[in-house]
Amino acid sequence: MDPEELRALWFTVACALAGVGLVALPAFGLAWLLARRDWPGKSLLETAVALPLVLPPVATGLILLKLLGRRGWLGGWAHAAFGWDIAFTWRAVPVALGAAALPLMVRSFRVALEGVDPRLEQVARTLGGGELRVLRTITLPLAQRGLLAGLVLGFARALGEFGATVVLAGNIPGETSTLALALYRAVELGRDDQALRLLLVSIVLAYGALWMSERALGSGRRP
Amino acid sequence: MRRILGLLAFSLLMAAWSFSLRAAEAGPKLKVFAAASLAESLQDIAKLYAKQGGAEVAFNFAASGTLVRQIQEGAPADLILSADEAQLDKLAKAGLLAPGSRADLLSNTLAVVVAADSPLTVTSAVDLASPQLGKVAIGDPASVPAGAYAKAWLQGAKAWDKIIDKAVPCDSVRGVLAAVESGNVDAGIVYRTDALISKKVRVALDVPRAEGPPIRYPVAQLKDAPGGAEAGRFLGFIEGPAAAGVFKAHGFLLLSVTAGAP
Repeated sequence: MDPEELRALWFTVACALAGVGLVALPAFGLAWLLARRDWPGKSLLETAVALPLVLPPVATGLILLKLLGRRGWLGGWAHAAFGWDIAFTWRAVPVALGAAALPLMVRSFRVALEGVDPRLEQVARTLGGGELRVLRTITLPLAQRGLLAGLVLGFARALGEFGATVVLAGNIPGETSTLALALYRAVELGRDDQALRLLLVSIVLAYGALWMSERALGSGRRP
Repeated sequence: MRRILGLLAFSLLMAAWSFSLRAAEAGPKLKVFAAASLAESLQDIAKLYAKQGGAEVAFNFAASGTLVRQIQEGAPADLILSADEAQLDKLAKAGLLAPGSRADLLSNTLAVVVAADSPLTVTSAVDLASPQLGKVAIGDPASVPAGAYAKAWLQGAKAWDKIIDKAVPCDSVRGVLAAVESGNVDAGIVYRTDALISKKVRVALDVPRAEGPPIRYPVAQLKDAPGGAEAGRFLGFIEGPAAAGVFKAHGFLLLSVTAGAP
């Protein structure tokens, strides 16, 4: 592998990690709201959160671009306040990858939280535990396998993200090119040997990530 | 619980660490956005520039329309070399170019290429429309200057309407070249300079300069060039005699540079 391909590899892994880290807390908050609370309009939010799963990733990317571009309202503010440009810089990549991972993570987190018997939490509350303590000592430990699996699944999804990234971050070699983008460029330019190498790396990486998420879910099931 | 928090913290640390590595590695690099057709020549020129003690140059080669769109949305760039005026005009209109830095640098001609082992002959634009010839790859005229030039040439020869149905639009002129190399299309319209770098294609028809639209490659410095003065130095180098030799060797035609950096 040449330096450019190696860079694409670690850049992808780093951005996937950063993206998952970026959305982990919001994803947990959403999952908790969906699993533990009832309020009017809940099903609307539920659908909205799942939307990026079925929306073309390019559409997700376009929404992000309109939001984070230099003339978008968030991007315009970041540019004016900190001189930060997000769209078409490396900063856009973790954002795009995180956005792609979010719906999957919310789903897994929600299932994990729903698997925790609310009566156990109730008992803890009757024993005088505050909400945070209940969360820390009862809910999280009981849900941890599913939460872990959600994190790893989100990471795996982020690794392969293409459509949102290419719209929001562009395919700029040495700046925003992830494995998926580098692979596309190699195919487009007819560099077959490079494409093949990137393909192999992608398979190994995706296989590893999926295997880890299966293990996170499965290992504890057996007593 | 601890495992999850540990994993999260670990991944954030890893990400932070790799980004800090990246920041350290980045150093004083110039970022030059350039038309895909310039890849080989500009890389050679950057090597010459480094030998003279100039800064390292990182390139982004893509269709000029793509580059312009990226810069409009805030992608950091020092210089842009576009393959046509129209794309650069968009940046000029948006006030993103450094005043007085724009200059017409190069010219080129179009060529119809076929796979090296293809028996097809093409003697005119109208031949491209013949039913013996299947798909024809061209750059997407909306964002790829080579495609826009090709369209103008075909329209001038009254062949565009007949070809449009079997034209395969590509993301960049190098995409056209790759499509022809792979044998997935019968012919493609690229620049002469692109045809010269590939052994897997053969020039079936050189479009005469008089017949095709005038092709001009303008260069300019961006107003917000992160490289500052170094950007101007590299621009001067690109317009200088050493670079001219490299461009000529790759088959480009030089336009006299009138404006530009000192």
